[in-house]
Amino acid sequence: MTLPASTAEVCVVACAEAWRGDGAILASPMGLIPTLGAKLAQLTFAPELLVTDGEATLLAPGDPNRVAEGWLPYRTVFTMVASGRRHMMMGAAQLDRFGNQNISAIGDWARPKAQLLGVRGAPGNTINHPVSYWVPRHSRRVFVERADMVCGIGYDRAAALGPAAARFHELRRVVTNLAVLDFGGPDHGMQIRSVHPGVAAGDVIDATGFPLAVPAEVPVTRLPTPAELALIRGRLDPAGRRDQELPAVPRDPG
Amino acid sequence: MTAAVLSADEVVAELRSGMTIGIGGWGSRRKPMALVRAILRSGLTDLEIVSYGGPDVGLLIAGGHVRRVVCGFASLDTILLEPHFRQARQQGTMELTELDEGMLHWGLLAAAHRLPFLPIRAGLGSDVLRVNPQLRTVRSPYADDEDLVAMPALRLDAALIHLNRADAAGNGQYLGPDPYFDDLFCLAAGRAFMSCERIVPTAGLLESGPPQSLLVNRAMVHGVVESPGGAHFTSCVPDYGRDEAFQAHYAAAAASPEEWQRFRAEYLSGDEASYQQAVRQFAAGQTAASEPATTP
Repeated sequence: MTLPASTAEVCVVACAEAWRGDGAILASPMGLIPTLGAKLAQLTFAPELLVTDGEATLLAPGDPNRVAEGWLPYRTVFTMVASGRRHMMMGAAQLDRFGNQNISAIGDWARPKAQLLGVRGAPGNTINHPVSYWVPRHSRRVFVERADMVCGIGYDRAAALGPAAARFHELRRVVTNLAVLDFGGPDHGMQIRSVHPGVAAGDVIDATGFPLAVPAEVPVTRLPTPAELALIRGRLDPAGRRDQELPAVPRDPG
Repeated sequence: MTAAVLSADEVVAELRSGMTIGIGGWGSRRKPMALVRAILRSGLTDLEIVSYGGPDVGLLIAGGHVRRVVCGFASLDTILLEPHFRQARQQGTMELTELDEGMLHWGLLAAAHRLPFLPIRAGLGSDVLRVNPQLRTVRSPYADDEDLVAMPALRLDAALIHLNRADAAGNGQYLGPDPYFDDLFCLAAGRAFMSCERIVPTAGLLESGPPQSLLVNRAMVHGVVESPGGAHFTSCVPDYGRDEAFQAHYAAAAASPEEWQRFRAEYLSGDEASYQQAVRQFAAGQTAASEPATTP
């Protein structure tokens, strides 16, 4: 059976869902699929969201490719971060069970095996406002027992800081090419929230390097609606860059 | 105070080995590259560079001028990782103070305000505190009793920035979408030097943009350098965008020592005029290569 939507399109909608109900806050997506998701959310069920052009201009709802509605230089972004009026979807080179994220360096920090991006704004983002993660290749290389350099902080570290420091910390969801996960497991551990169409919970467990909480009934990630598909294909990404960035997951033909 | 009009080499003559130098712009955007290239021609060593890092950081590392970098990243934006920064980290040839982007902002603000530190929530619980054992927390003296990071002032011996327009007195104007933190870099520094695309009469500044585009004033700046193309290959909109083809050439050359030697010889062995001339030749070669072959 051919699904009516590609893996990338399912992921765009799963990313968009991360911002449902957020109201008038800054949606900051990193990467193509989360960016399409934020724009889709703003065009459909979350018109109050603020979205930038990737530089310093805020683009008005209803026409995310053209009309400027505001100015957001980095200095103002930092103040928005500290004020909590933001929900960012970041990437992760490593992510552990409690959501500790590494984008800085792999191996010993003093002389890393692989220097990556650096901590960027991850420490400040995670301590100040809601954060979600996008992982285009769900694997044990990413979902690790322990992150080498904790940039974005997870629930265990937030709890250790005490209620005053941790009160703005909130990790919403992790969207991957296989599944949607959240931190609703025991002690805010990661759990499967839904698996994408054609993916089994076992596939997700196998690709994860720590024990995942799995609910008794694992729902399937919802498919894009026809209206959402029309927007993704016709307006947000007519060149089809999404499917190049995220090829379909090979599925067991049985 | 009124700034002096200087050449890039005269600016570098004001700098000393071992100084802490802040560099404005962000990633591969509006970097004072002509001033950086002038440092490459100098014998300055052991510099501590504070930057929202881009090819400024990479070039200075590659030239052997850097002891320590203070940053939250070093990126070419459209190419995620600064290649020289990456190599130096993996080979352990430089020291790093790795900070959250907001902490860097706060450190500059503290220095600009002549405060020892400013409290910030960013960094709490993260390994930024583990890899920077010199960082301390501070407890709020008020009823909330909160613990916060005491981000120390990032005092700079000198700041280097590049803006679109300036007058000869040191008033500077940005015409692009983002001021970045160039004003804070200047205020955090003992001496600040600004290169610009064009020096115009003071009366001409408001012909280009509104009063709020006048980001730095002459109380913040000690020297002005007129340097058309002085941010190349980083973006300096609206005067020019990032030179993506040249940036890709730079990043590819950085991947091997032999290629890098060739790149240095071709672009970085002479003065700014010869750099700009070599870049024009590179662009002409790109254009020729992209045209369909029509000869029989």
